[in-house]
Amino acid sequence: VTVTLPTTTDRRLMEGSEAIALASIAAGCRFFAGYPMTPFTEVLEHFAKHLPEVGGTCINAESELEAVGMAWGALATGERAATGSTGQGLSLMQESFAEITLAELPLVIFDMARGQGDYFQATRGGGHGDYRHIVLAPADIHEAAELTQLAFHLADRWRNPVLVYGDYLTAHTRESVAVEPIDFGPVPDKDWAVDGSLTGTGRSRLVSPLGFEKFGRPNPGIERHLRAINDKLGMIEEAEVRAETGYLDDAETVVVAFGSPAKFVRYVIGQLRDEGEKIGYVRPISLWPFPTEVVAEASAQARTVAVFELCAGQMIDDVRLSVIGRAPVVGIGGISTDGSGFGVAPLLDTELIRERILAVHRGGADATLPPLPDNERAMG
Amino acid sequence: MSDTTTPTPTPLGPVLDTTVVPEHARKVGDLKPDLLLTQEHHMCPGCGEPLVLRSFLEAITELGVAQRSVAVLGIGCYTSFGMTMDVDLIQALHGRAPSVATGVKRMRPESIVFTLQGDGDMVNEGLQEVLHTAARGESVTCILLNNGVFGETGGHMTATTVLGQRTKNSLDGRDAEYHGYPILIGDLISRLEGATYVARGSVHNAGAVARTKKMLKRAFETQERREGFSFVEVLTMCPTGWFVPTGDGPDYMHETLGEVHVMGELKVDGTVRTTEALHEENLRKQREVEAKLAAGGLDD
Repeated sequence: VTVTLPTTTDRRLMEGSEAIALASIAAGCRFFAGYPMTPFTEVLEHFAKHLPEVGGTCINAESELEAVGMAWGALATGERAATGSTGQGLSLMQESFAEITLAELPLVIFDMARGQGDYFQATRGGGHGDYRHIVLAPADIHEAAELTQLAFHLADRWRNPVLVYGDYLTAHTRESVAVEPIDFGPVPDKDWAVDGSLTGTGRSRLVSPLGFEKFGRPNPGIERHLRAINDKLGMIEEAEVRAETGYLDDAETVVVAFGSPAKFVRYVIGQLRDEGEKIGYVRPISLWPFPTEVVAEASAQARTVAVFELCAGQMIDDVRLSVIGRAPVVGIGGISTDGSGFGVAPLLDTELIRERILAVHRGGADATLPPLPDNERAMG
Repeated sequence: MSDTTTPTPTPLGPVLDTTVVPEHARKVGDLKPDLLLTQEHHMCPGCGEPLVLRSFLEAITELGVAQRSVAVLGIGCYTSFGMTMDVDLIQALHGRAPSVATGVKRMRPESIVFTLQGDGDMVNEGLQEVLHTAARGESVTCILLNNGVFGETGGHMTATTVLGQRTKNSLDGRDAEYHGYPILIGDLISRLEGATYVARGSVHNAGAVARTKKMLKRAFETQERREGFSFVEVLTMCPTGWFVPTGDGPDYMHETLGEVHVMGELKVDGTVRTTEALHEENLRKQREVEAKLAAGGLDD
């Protein structure tokens, strides 16, 4: 069946959720299943609207457990497929995430998280066993559209799930975007996919997380299977590190931030540079693999490394592991949320971020930070 | 004489004597369905599951749909069939096979997609999965291997364990007040609009195996016509998990599980038949056979 794909859209104002859905379709995604949950819901809505237009399927699953299971089945046929939720919903999917990774299926996950407190969940994974997901964190809608397509490419290239870490702003901010298919180069043939056509031929296939093979064929067994996946993860760590840096050359203070908040940090540091302050930044785009070398290099000349994140402090662990004592590492973010808890935080304010960066820049790691703003500020 | 008396151990009923090699454990034939890669099935002697394996493999072969068939397996003893079936296959998580099957069917609607799950897998861990898939009317077939215990872990109570049944965690028998009641999953599914064909078979004797194979064929035919969800529950023997001698498995199954999970077609072309109606029908058939035998034997 040949279908004309609306893979290219005219440049228009669209919200991040729609850009993600359209970019997925441009990347060849033909299946999506999800369960509504703020702020992820609109991603599901746009898939439900646009996937049938290209002959694809979007199922409003009865729970997150069903959603990820359906995506698992769709992926096993060789189609590009995705699911998603908030961090809360992804908690329910963790068992399947672990097993899908061990079955080496190229799942793409859209995590529209409530703030940044799901960094550990995304980068460590809440499931069992030795596995990792590639995690990409866009700062804006343009980047979300691009990283969405990259996510499908990397998932197929490595046969490993890729999670796109967004938030309320990613899902709901509107930007002027044109979605066009991006060619990231070839991916391996899906010579493992099943559709029933090999049943009874003696060459039938088995898509399994357990390291099993059909009777009579070389059987890797679970130990060799897990080691092979671990070797692959090592290769991903070498090949897929992505980060943006700015003003690092003579930076005395280096600020590390990811996702939507990093866009605010970047803006503030641009202003401070204009005022002559020697401050630079690192924005990890791939949260796993974490840009360890980039952060290490940036910290070599720095007096202080500051981490701005909208949570109690999770990425700061990875920053410390990268800096390993070259400079003091201090958290300048914190728990900050609106009344609903969905994550449009009062701390996400250029004036407040500026105060906190300057406090550390002038006073070093021991500086007293201004108190965190409380809810009322955001509620007006 | 001492005042202390050693309490006499209460007999626990028939217990498998593992010191004696059971005489029933022998290979009785060399025939195997085309879709099996080996005769070895890796199950305990007396297990009912290989009979179901054989039945559905023969069913898809005889219907001519084998080369479009995709199986999705749950987690249980039968998981090892994944290696021995010459069928395109996806290994799912415990309980989650129906959703995986849904994803396959939606992407490859021309395929025949079926799940193979045990009672622990389907009725305990994944109850919502099978109910939602049935309610959605997905054109997939779910096959339940129901032996009333977690066989793989060594004979523990499941949601289908019948009242009075002894398992490793209901040593005095399942007690409704303490453990709750069993779920008659076939009956539950038959009430859902999206379910078109629902049947409960068994493999405790040759006749039952033949009837079960017919049920499996009807289920796959329902799927082939894309008429909605089809479901075949098969009562299977688990002498190891029941702690009964291998040879007693079929009778034990018939007398315990079979009395509660009544065999027959629970829903055909959308028409529901209750367990009570099936029970009456089964009794009537049995009386007919007995009457014929008394009158000088079966002529057909």
